[in-house]
Amino acid sequence: MTGTALISALAVWGVGWFVNSRLANSVMAKNRLVKLLVPAIFGLTLLIMWELLVRMLEISPVILPPPTMIADRFASELPTLWADFEQTIIKGAMTGYIIGMIAAFAVAILADRSAFLTRGILPVGSFMAALPIVGTAPIFVRWLGSDWQSKAAVVAVMVFFPILVNTVAGLRDTTPMQRDLMRTYGAGYWPTLFKLRLPAAMPFIFNGLKIATTLALIGAIVAEFFGSPTVGMGFRISTSVGQLALDMVWAEIVVAALAGSAFYGLMAWIEGRVTFWHPSQRK
Amino acid sequence: MKSLLPVLTVVGAILLFWIVSVVPMNMHLTADQAQRQDIAVTPDTPAARQEYSGIGLALRNTHLFGMTYTLERPRLPSPHQVAVEMWDTIALKKITSRRSLVYHGWVTLSATLLGFAIGTGLGILLAVGIVYNRAMDMSVMPWAIASQTIPILALAPMIIVMLGSIGIQGLFPKAVISAYLSFFPVVVGMVKGLRSPDGMQLDLLRTYYASPSQAFWKLRLPASVPYLFASLKIGISASLVGAIVAELPTGARAGFGARMLVGDQYGQPMVTWAALFAAAITAAALVGLFSLIERWTLRRMGMQAA
Repeated sequence: MTGTALISALAVWGVGWFVNSRLANSVMAKNRLVKLLVPAIFGLTLLIMWELLVRMLEISPVILPPPTMIADRFASELPTLWADFEQTIIKGAMTGYIIGMIAAFAVAILADRSAFLTRGILPVGSFMAALPIVGTAPIFVRWLGSDWQSKAAVVAVMVFFPILVNTVAGLRDTTPMQRDLMRTYGAGYWPTLFKLRLPAAMPFIFNGLKIATTLALIGAIVAEFFGSPTVGMGFRISTSVGQLALDMVWAEIVVAALAGSAFYGLMAWIEGRVTFWHPSQRK
Repeated sequence: MKSLLPVLTVVGAILLFWIVSVVPMNMHLTADQAQRQDIAVTPDTPAARQEYSGIGLALRNTHLFGMTYTLERPRLPSPHQVAVEMWDTIALKKITSRRSLVYHGWVTLSATLLGFAIGTGLGILLAVGIVYNRAMDMSVMPWAIASQTIPILALAPMIIVMLGSIGIQGLFPKAVISAYLSFFPVVVGMVKGLRSPDGMQLDLLRTYYASPSQAFWKLRLPASVPYLFASLKIGISASLVGAIVAELPTGARAGFGARMLVGDQYGQPMVTWAALFAAAITAAALVGLFSLIERWTLRRMGMQAA
């Protein structure tokens, strides 16, 4: 039984790999469709192997539920998942992300006015960005209550430093020649900021914003482990783990993955629109 | 060195802001306590005090400022209270004691380091595979990048339960999460690094009639070292976050995450704050250590540190 399971899983893997290597090494490898098809086949192969192994080896769904069971659960629990999504992602993560982003921009622009402050804020900011700031979650939950406000605060603090460091670094990213040109045009501080330095800083700023998307979701979910109303993704994950309803946990992870990818994709799309002139955007 | 003064200024400003914030944050608690000790407080009933904000109440009770810094269970402890608690639990407790932060730190750190080693090893192997195999590149790389957009920590509680139900507990499940988090920065950085030699350099090796394995050991691998170190510094702090978060939802008994949770549940804010700062110091020390190794290695290799 174990043997056939392993052999059939290996067979699936072999077929998927054979198709993929043929596709990847063929003349069509540059084709857009093929570029999408190859990772799709790889993902599908993994899913089928997962399903096969779990079913044939009769692994208890308490340890690892098969993908079909997760899909089932996902479909039947849509209203709950939507409520959790709204609580954690829309109210907690998004609010915090926007607050943190605005605060980081404001501080970066203030700091940028003096070279002294810029030199001070860059090292302190990158130091803070490397710290485990999720640890602030219990403190904020105690201060602001267990509803989404405390999650937004955790997220705001977590996204603040990466965005700040990148914005400050970006604002310095103009050559003396470009700044001199602005001066010969008679441009003061504000026109130079808005017409030259902010646009030039955009690739850096978006780098920070993209890093912050994942942090925002992590912060909102982890903060719910420290107390939440009876709704929210972190709440659902920790209670479902307690009930050994792992299919529900996986359904929440699917939601988190979709939300995370969509959020990142949105930022990347806006980046493409705003920094169309940058070499990295050239096709 | 020339940024020492600016950095100190910024740190000083943050400390000052913290110290000033202590007064309004703790004023309601202080006023309640002062009243129990028969010190005059305006307004003199708790209900009336709820009408005021922390700042408003502070301005009416300037004589209570000193007390806000010495509360036993403050909403916001003052820096010196955190420092005292840390000194108590780090230096004055035996390191085998369950109240010692060094003990808890080691529990978290051992999971971090084990996970980091696993994650880095696997990440480098996968990166080599991706660089040398087109099919692997096209099928794995998009998933590696997509996985960056997923809040991986959502997986943490489940992995621990999963491994727990097949009888694996303690260090290893936490290390798995640490490994998972340090894995992808290393993959992405190494792939970039192994591909950083340009066509001209590779062509030069070909004219020397170098074998592919020589090209790997003598050109690609050395060229990837700066990228590897950049990834390692991201990976080690991600590992630490992973180990801490892995301790949260499962009721772990020891480690920084467990301390934060205990402090939260039993209303001992100082325990939480001390754990938070100890974790921050650990992260800073780890990143600093890798910066030192990076500088030393790159100098030995004749490269400039980035």
